[in-house]
Amino acid sequence: MISNQVLSEVEFNVVGKRPLRPDGVDKVTGRAQYGDDTNLTGTLRAKVLRSPHPHARIKSIDTSKAEAFPGVRAVVTAKDLPFASLSKDELGGEYTALKYASDHMLASDKALFKGHPIAALAAVNAHVAESALALIQVEYEVLKPVVDVREAMKDDAPLIHEDLRTNDMGETGDKPSNIATHMSYSTGDIDKGFAEADLVMENEYTTATVHQGYIEPHNTTAFWNSDGQLNIWTSTQGSFQVRGTVAGVLRIPVSQVKVIPMEIGGGFGGKITAYLDAICAVLSKKTGAPVKALMTRTEVFEASGPAPASWMRVKIGVKNNGKMTAVEAEIAMDAGAYPGSPAMQAIVCAFACYDVENGKVDGYDVVDNKPKTAAYRAPGSPQAAFAVESLIDEICGELKMDPIDFRLLNAAKEGTRRIEGLVARRIGLVECLEAARDHDHYKAKLDEGIGRGVACGYWPNRGFQSSVVMTVNYDGVVSLIMGSVDIGGTRASIAQQAAETLGIAYEDVKPTVVDTDSIGYTFITGGSRTAFATGLAAINAAEDVKSQMVSRAAKIWDTDEDDIEYVAGIVQHKSDEELKFTFKDLARQLATTGGSISGRASVDPTGEGNGYAVHIVDVTVDPDTGKTDVTRFTAVQDAGKAVHPSYVEGQMQGGAVQGIGWALNEEYFFDDSGKMMNPTFLDYRMPTSLDLPMIDTVIVEVANPGHPYGVRGVGEASIVPPMAAIGNAVHAATGHRMRSLPITPGRILEAGWENGRS
Amino acid sequence: MPGVTHVQSTLNGEVINFLCEPRQSLLEVLRDVLGMTGTKEGCNDGNCGACTIILDGRIVDSCLVLGVEAEGREMMTIEGMASAEGLHPLQQSFLENAALQCGICTPGFLLASKSLLDQEPDADEGRIRHWLAGNLCRCTGYDKIIRAVMQVSTAK
Amino acid sequence: MAKIFIPTMLQSLTAGAKQVDVEARNVRQVIEQLEVLYPGIKDRLVEDGQIRPNLAIAIDGDIAIMGMLEKVGENSEVHFVPAIGGGR
Repeated sequence: MISNQVLSEVEFNVVGKRPLRPDGVDKVTGRAQYGDDTNLTGTLRAKVLRSPHPHARIKSIDTSKAEAFPGVRAVVTAKDLPFASLSKDELGGEYTALKYASDHMLASDKALFKGHPIAALAAVNAHVAESALALIQVEYEVLKPVVDVREAMKDDAPLIHEDLRTNDMGETGDKPSNIATHMSYSTGDIDKGFAEADLVMENEYTTATVHQGYIEPHNTTAFWNSDGQLNIWTSTQGSFQVRGTVAGVLRIPVSQVKVIPMEIGGGFGGKITAYLDAICAVLSKKTGAPVKALMTRTEVFEASGPAPASWMRVKIGVKNNGKMTAVEAEIAMDAGAYPGSPAMQAIVCAFACYDVENGKVDGYDVVDNKPKTAAYRAPGSPQAAFAVESLIDEICGELKMDPIDFRLLNAAKEGTRRIEGLVARRIGLVECLEAARDHDHYKAKLDEGIGRGVACGYWPNRGFQSSVVMTVNYDGVVSLIMGSVDIGGTRASIAQQAAETLGIAYEDVKPTVVDTDSIGYTFITGGSRTAFATGLAAINAAEDVKSQMVSRAAKIWDTDEDDIEYVAGIVQHKSDEELKFTFKDLARQLATTGGSISGRASVDPTGEGNGYAVHIVDVTVDPDTGKTDVTRFTAVQDAGKAVHPSYVEGQMQGGAVQGIGWALNEEYFFDDSGKMMNPTFLDYRMPTSLDLPMIDTVIVEVANPGHPYGVRGVGEASIVPPMAAIGNAVHAATGHRMRSLPITPGRILEAGWENGRS
Repeated sequence: MPGVTHVQSTLNGEVINFLCEPRQSLLEVLRDVLGMTGTKEGCNDGNCGACTIILDGRIVDSCLVLGVEAEGREMMTIEGMASAEGLHPLQQSFLENAALQCGICTPGFLLASKSLLDQEPDADEGRIRHWLAGNLCRCTGYDKIIRAVMQVSTAK
Repeated sequence: MAKIFIPTMLQSLTAGAKQVDVEARNVRQVIEQLEVLYPGIKDRLVEDGQIRPNLAIAIDGDIAIMGMLEKVGENSEVHFVPAIGGGR
């Protein structure tokens, strides 16, 4: 049995190999500098006072006692942010956006979630800061909270924002509502489609609020120098995003802010939002010293951005032969305190695995009294897949049809028009389903007590802006400068693509991640875009280097550039065999023939290749305790081309295991007053090594035509299938259909009692 | 303001002296007083294992130990794992097996794994999974970490 | 003529038409042409001279990175789809 397979179509020299990562030694020896390892001379420590109430009006804040506490250097509240001194008239159309952004940093009028920042202070050390926080006196008028997405949608729900009205595709609602946005898309005629069906099934599903669970808490160090320059050392997936947010909230030009991305200890979408940076910047300005903040784990749970809870209704019609005739879904997700849940991503992803003529999807973005949600790996898609893939499993059961055969019959493929209207290009879902069907795991006999489930998942993958600069050193080693932070193999995978294009060894490319002053705009490391888009930037920059190397050779040989070709790292004359340089030989000549060569590229590519995954899982369920154990797991995914297969496997395994946690354990518990009851790793139970088997992988490679090496993105599709796959396996093992996540032992036992069996 | 206490202990084979307040955790002392930032803070309440060090031959979460408790004891942190001759076999194996993604949990996993294999050189998969259950990793799903440790274990 | 797919929620403005053909060389012209045919539709798609922030325009399946300036081909398909930030 092979644990990790790669089904390659095309082989390259460097792309597709498994070299050691350039930042590896630093990370196994403890030398790598993460955000909180920053320690500038004279750094003060900041702590944030947070609302103990999920929903409350702030009547007054008295900071005088804290300011007088020995060791405290400065205290800030929302009054210290520019928004406080700008009128609604002055801000015009910007008003709402700035109010949301500014209030998210430090609340001005209302606390909208437990943990909402109310004030912050800087002191000589963290202990003094913490002691002083207790001296800040805040008077609240406690308001009724709402922390459930469906409750928040009701007409009589407490209003989070008194002035928020529903945006119905550009039309504004006539009264305030917690529904920020509603969107609807449809194709074909669903009434006709359902009428044609032999079997129509419909159910409702819910999922809980979950957290990305990165091990490194949010942190930042800010130093606002007396010359006006603001420097920020932080842990982020997007240094340019932090720069933009901080400059926006502080109303200063972006070029006045330099963000230095430190090594990042996990993100998964959760380290895009800048929570602490502007607060520390203002404290730094007040004190003239660098100010550092580090969230506690409880602050991370209560006040960073978890993934939304969801409510979903799904309806599917099929013919007796399994062909889908119509699909329909309504998906509501809670965005937390400010609009912006991934409900619209969810409706785009919900049926993207299927080729069905008639469909309709509705999405609702709903605010409530939870922390503002952030992205979490394939935002929106996992929840939608839990509902759709669970219902499909029920349909397969009714039809007595193999779940992979059913999916193969209905699978989206090149040319499939999706519900939102776009047409799929070359995609690899069918290949993934076939690989799953043919896998040992799927063919293995089921032992007594084991249930097996399968499910599919989709994420579109993205492009967006990336910049790369490369310099050829005189020893032939290429320095590669990029703005994409390395969240788990980025340096290696970008260096591999550069080396492949230049026809040189991987070891001869030295990648460095730099600050926002040192490279062109680069969007976040996220959205499964980096290997694709920053990879393209590296390829283009390498092409730029190649053409300059050819020019230099032409100069040296006193010949025409057209007579020279660059083949596999060799610069050679097309007709004179004597005239030939290796990359290194020519590099040695650069110093005396005009100086160094730099190639550069800034790209904003389209042509991203959609990502699909299929997971197979076996579980056992203890009949006495209801505890589910995952006994075997196989993840199949189309990578387009796996640049570094080990790190692609790592993405597949990591996503699968986060999905296992989402399926079985993880959930924010709220008490009656809307407060989270489990904001620690003890009570928010993420999978440990003891809870899991090995996660077997199959990398399918259906080349993305939009990338020279066929690269798609791999970071996100892997978290989409596990919840439904596990729910389906639990059903196979117990006969209980679980339509709410997480599938806890208690819920399984309850289902047993309701069904009259244990 | 609390007073400070003088502490003498051994860190990665060297005798060291430091001053700390009684309320400071060993994690805080290592990072903020001694500048040994290879030991990471993930939760500060003993649930993630990112701050794992070896104290008198046993692994501990350094966030749950007070700095003053280091008096007269021997500590090993990630900074002491490699030598001038090169990486420890576990460090090399983690690299070769791509057993880290973001790397923040890696120092803790390496020290916990070293402690296991020092005591049980032939630990098998089940034993390794049990031993490392106190260290959380959110990136890898543990698969490649377990394989990296298994490669160094003498159990075949 | 470019084929413009009318989002479901705006089909009330187009008397139910799901797809219309317009003569346009870029997105701005597409929207101007639509406004001539279906007054009021522009406000639903555009805010402060730009495509509304929760929408994206796709031309032949590619998200238009230049917004209103993006070129539209002779027989292009134009869609107004939900903006997917990608990890955002």
